[in-house]
Amino acid sequence: MILAAHPVADPSAPLARRNPVAKLAAALLFSLPLVATLDPLTPAIALAIELAVVPLFGVRYSTLARRAWPVLIASLGLLVTMVLFSATRTGTPLLDLGPFDVTTGVLISALGLVLRLFAVAIPGVLVFATTDPTDLADALVQNAKASPRFAIGALAAFRLLPLLGQEWQMLTLARRARGIDAGRNPLAAARLFVSTAFAMLVGALRRGGRLAVAMDARGFDSGLPRSYARRQIFRPADTALVVGALALSSLTLGITITLGLFRSII
Amino acid sequence: MSTVVLRGFGWRHAGRKAWAVRDVDLRIEHGERVLLLGPSGAGKSTLLAALAGLLPDDSGEQAGTIEIDGLDPRNARVGAATDAWFSGRRGEPGQRGVGIVFQDPQTQLVMARSGDDVAFGLENRGVPPAQIWPWVSDALDRVGFSYPITRSTAALSGGEAQRLALAGVLALRPGLLLLDEPTANLDPAGATLVRESLERSRDDATMILVEHRVAEALPLIDRVVVLEPGGGVRADGGPEMVFAAYGDRLADEGVWVPGFTIPPLKSATPATPDLVRAEQVTVAQRLAPVSLSVGAGEVLAVTGPNGAGKSTLALLLGGLLAPTGGRIHGFDDERPPHKWRAATLTGRIGSVFQNPEHQFVTSRVADELAVGPRRLGRSPAEVARTVEKLLERLRLSKLAGANPYTLSGGEARRLSVATALATAPRLLVLDEPTFGQDRRTWIELVTLLATLRDDGHGIVAVTHDDDFVQALADRTFPLGTVQPKQPLPRRRRS
Repeated sequence: MILAAHPVADPSAPLARRNPVAKLAAALLFSLPLVATLDPLTPAIALAIELAVVPLFGVRYSTLARRAWPVLIASLGLLVTMVLFSATRTGTPLLDLGPFDVTTGVLISALGLVLRLFAVAIPGVLVFATTDPTDLADALVQNAKASPRFAIGALAAFRLLPLLGQEWQMLTLARRARGIDAGRNPLAAARLFVSTAFAMLVGALRRGGRLAVAMDARGFDSGLPRSYARRQIFRPADTALVVGALALSSLTLGITITLGLFRSII
Repeated sequence: MSTVVLRGFGWRHAGRKAWAVRDVDLRIEHGERVLLLGPSGAGKSTLLAALAGLLPDDSGEQAGTIEIDGLDPRNARVGAATDAWFSGRRGEPGQRGVGIVFQDPQTQLVMARSGDDVAFGLENRGVPPAQIWPWVSDALDRVGFSYPITRSTAALSGGEAQRLALAGVLALRPGLLLLDEPTANLDPAGATLVRESLERSRDDATMILVEHRVAEALPLIDRVVVLEPGGGVRADGGPEMVFAAYGDRLADEGVWVPGFTIPPLKSATPATPDLVRAEQVTVAQRLAPVSLSVGAGEVLAVTGPNGAGKSTLALLLGGLLAPTGGRIHGFDDERPPHKWRAATLTGRIGSVFQNPEHQFVTSRVADELAVGPRRLGRSPAEVARTVEKLLERLRLSKLAGANPYTLSGGEARRLSVATALATAPRLLVLDEPTFGQDRRTWIELVTLLATLRDDGHGIVAVTHDDDFVQALADRTFPLGTVQPKQPLPRRRRS
């Protein structure tokens, strides 16, 4: 779970210290060109820039790799699917695997997609690896004018997430104690999974309800203006980060267009 | 400091026929410390929710009036942040508004860091930032919270978390402090922590406490109010007076009145050969190696401090968890219990979890009892007979059609024990069976377990409850060595 993990960065790194809202905005702006074009060059340039700024966030490459492993698995799946099932098999045949012709065309489009996946995911991983969830909620409320009902409410719900893992384990054991197991029957296993998930959901809703009452009792969302115990300030350096991200993303797009490789997604 | 006045107050939750509480006339002067008692179902929690302003107009029907310092509680809560609240000297608030502490610490803490959690209520009331942190450390001092404000709330024990929840409420300087069984979800050590905090932090706020365990509550209170289940107030006055006049009746109804002991029910015959034997079993980071055996016709109590691995041992003996070292065997089976098929397991060993709701798998009480026997392949007539018998034996007949999730704590406990009995296992493993139960359910459980033992069942109970050990245990197995609590081993995480 990428989101539930604690920040792992060196908090004094120049970009890790930036306002969470600025980091989030920069990540979004930087990813924009990646969803605008289908060519493989744009994500390649973006990825290069991303990997170059990683040290500025105080994140080690090994930590990044550990955090990004779900992306790695997804990209492998993507690669295999593309190679096996791609409809357009243009270019030079490289390998003949019976019904599957692996051609240069197939490989290039597969590679483009994998690069894109990484280029879009890494900014997100970087932001959450360097941001404390409490700081993010504070900044969303104070600097992005998000409603506290949403931001603080989500933060509180977030705190209950790790409980779900324990809950799942207890429910699974309790079902076995009741004489319910699936054995080797996949259908029974699926049914058991659904019923356990349902019980966990019911429990989560009840806990969520109790938490909401407790928050209510402490005056949350009572219509009064809130004050802030922890101040989040949007500094000129934060603006610079956002502007920088925008400039870099324009640069990436500019290079692609100049080289005539831009392929609009629409 | 607040004055509470109820005149003919009643509340009926939307969609219910019966009134949760009604005809309550009560006046509580400022600074009074009241223990609110009554058998389960008398409406204590509803009354507290009403006082806390947590019953919106559209969630039910109200009779009579309820006033805190002349205000409707629904307004007293919000109004607490208005000018009156800041009118005290030197910018300090006068004690105004209502604060409430609930049972479960897990669902009261909002923030990831302890200090932030105390600050949460102050932020909601718009306290100026410069004042927030001094007030936070003041509240933490008052409850005796000994960690730095950056301490993760997830790393706190139940008792410490409940202390923090209390600090979060006290930081708001309520004129009326409501406590809804604040120690019911805690082990004895945690409960002591919270009671110490309550004694430490006592000031001139009016306090209303709901608590089953009267002896522990007595040092905190100076007045007792007993609610009558049908409506109205049965008794009201000093503790000595109320318990002298109504002690027997309250004890019969399930209140833990001091001075009413229960005669022990020990086994008359020695235990017969072992049902299950564990040799040097261990679970990495949860349980140090232990060896023990349980025979038919005995009650074995597993005791010990938190983190000693009592619940883990119960899961091992229940055949639900694989040991990481050592071995368990029993019932003349070559395979260890955790490798048996679930249906085989329930025919031999029944497990009762600490939280009954974890074990419910259907939406009707009667269906719940039928699950086990059906899995064992019993005939429909036989299943019906078993269900019928158990409903009667555990006083659940009237609830046969009810949804298990809607039962009260005592009813849910009885049902979870009944589900384990439905498959007639020789060995019963119970995790904190008497936890949070009222006196009446407690006596029923102890009597039932004694009968089962005398019928030749083996019983293992993990428990913190000294009274339970005194009354029932034939043998005690104390687990020592406190270890840091780790999640159950399943997957290694980097």
